[in-house]
Amino acid sequence: MAHAIEINNLTKRYGDVVALDDVSLWVGHEEIFGIVGPNGAGKSTLINIAAGLRTRTSGDIQVLGLDPDRSARRLRERIGIHLQEAELQDRLRVHEAVQLYASFYAQPRPTTPLLEQWGLADKRDAEFRQLSGGQKQRLFIALALINNPELVFLDELTARLDPQARRLSWDLVRQVRACGTTVILVTHVMEEIERLCDRVAVIDHGKLVALGTPEELTHRASGEQRVHFSANGRFHVDMLNTLPGITSVSRNGADIVVTGDRYLMACVANTLATHEIDPPDLRTERDSLDDIFLRLTGTPLRD
Amino acid sequence: MTGMEGMKGNFPLSPLSSLGAKKMRGLTTLITMELRLFLREPAAVFFTLAFPLMLLLIFGTIFGNAPAPEYDGYGSVDVSIQGYIAMVIGTVTLIGLPVTVAAYREFGILRRLRATPLHATSVVTAHVVVNAVFSLLGVLLLIGVAKLLYDVRLPRMPLGVAAAWALSFLAFCAVGFLLAGLWPTARTAQAVGSAIYFPQLFLSGAAMPRAMFPDTLKTWTEPLPMTQMVTLLYDLWYGVGWDWGAVGLLSGVAIVAGAVSTHVFRWE
Repeated sequence: MAHAIEINNLTKRYGDVVALDDVSLWVGHEEIFGIVGPNGAGKSTLINIAAGLRTRTSGDIQVLGLDPDRSARRLRERIGIHLQEAELQDRLRVHEAVQLYASFYAQPRPTTPLLEQWGLADKRDAEFRQLSGGQKQRLFIALALINNPELVFLDELTARLDPQARRLSWDLVRQVRACGTTVILVTHVMEEIERLCDRVAVIDHGKLVALGTPEELTHRASGEQRVHFSANGRFHVDMLNTLPGITSVSRNGADIVVTGDRYLMACVANTLATHEIDPPDLRTERDSLDDIFLRLTGTPLRD
Repeated sequence: MTGMEGMKGNFPLSPLSSLGAKKMRGLTTLITMELRLFLREPAAVFFTLAFPLMLLLIFGTIFGNAPAPEYDGYGSVDVSIQGYIAMVIGTVTLIGLPVTVAAYREFGILRRLRATPLHATSVVTAHVVVNAVFSLLGVLLLIGVAKLLYDVRLPRMPLGVAAAWALSFLAFCAVGFLLAGLWPTARTAQAVGSAIYFPQLFLSGAAMPRAMFPDTLKTWTEPLPMTQMVTLLYDLWYGVGWDWGAVGLLSGVAIVAGAVSTHVFRWE
């Protein structure tokens, strides 16, 4: 079966500004696929094009076997979208919003269980403007799932949620996928990617700069290892500098950082032991996705 | 997620579900919700239903409705009510409609609607219907109270008045959508809508009978669309017949504003 999304050489220009530059990727069925990148990198443009809300400048895109430019309405019947900067009418009540959005689809889900699932059952008579940020967010997600979509785009799913609500919505995203829905997650939250996503695309200045599983990205980006420890008086950088496989030793007060290739930790520990130095905080440090992101794009993810 | 599997097969596409029915899906629910939302907006309800009634009561109390020679033997209320009807149409279409639609765009409400299979025409239709319902309600309320309190003369050509109301409403609706398309935010749409509405309100004879105007003012304010609406309603009300110039001008406004607004309209 074809992929849920297939993108080849997709480019989008707004006048002279290139929002997406020759992006190619695919998303498998029932995958949770993450899209990360700094603000203005082109993430939202990408999902807007995939959802048929914007037209592309060039390249090919197939979503659920449809061309979003030509079959936008047929596509929207089968997908769900949680957008940024989209609101509901202030005085619309929660149950009315759900009833309204259900009416747009041929096969909507029953609304009461949906509200229960997203913890909105006791807010069903509240007006939209009376909801907290988190409640609004949950309502938007419920609306995105109202048509049993085969594919759902969630743009900054947990942006307005507190940590507890965030964890809860991760569980729900897993449930959504377990029911057979493909999930596209645009996010700034690295933890969300590490815990949820099967694969991630990193986008910067409209270009795809990395693509793979979270593990692959961590490995690929960091060819070198780092070892940290605090040194006592007897330590001298020359003890390590001369060893093969070590690329640098830097000292900042008592803090020592050694970089090198494989077996670094064993090598450092062994050398320190022969000098009878036994630092209690000797540790290797794995790059987090945050670090990798910074290295790939030159910008911190959260700015 | 219970029942999800079952649901997929339970709604076979009826052979009768024509393209038209599919296109209209969601429209009735959207209209229902927008009607409720209108009622929850105190300013909208006040200016559509209460404010014209207030003017009727104030001027009715001051001037009464006794036949007067300057009004060709009609009373003050008899010759003012057509203007109040025009006022209801103007308030709804030049202020209420553009402000609502511009706000819907500004706050991403249109953006969210667009992400569904709902047709753009359904959004436009819903707003036209809701505003038509409330302005009609405002008009009927006016006529009812004027009849009850001042024994106002009822239209000689009621069907003509109804048709003139419909034409005027559609023409002004088209202008309202044009304003909502041209001005990006609720604030600017309101400012421009007010700038078009309020001068016309006083210069057209909507707020005070044109019979009170000096001749030069009458001539100068003749081409205003709202003047044409008031004249059209007045003539039909008293059986003078159709003012085809007014019909032509209002139809022109409807067609031009309607055509331009479909081009300038933006969802975001």
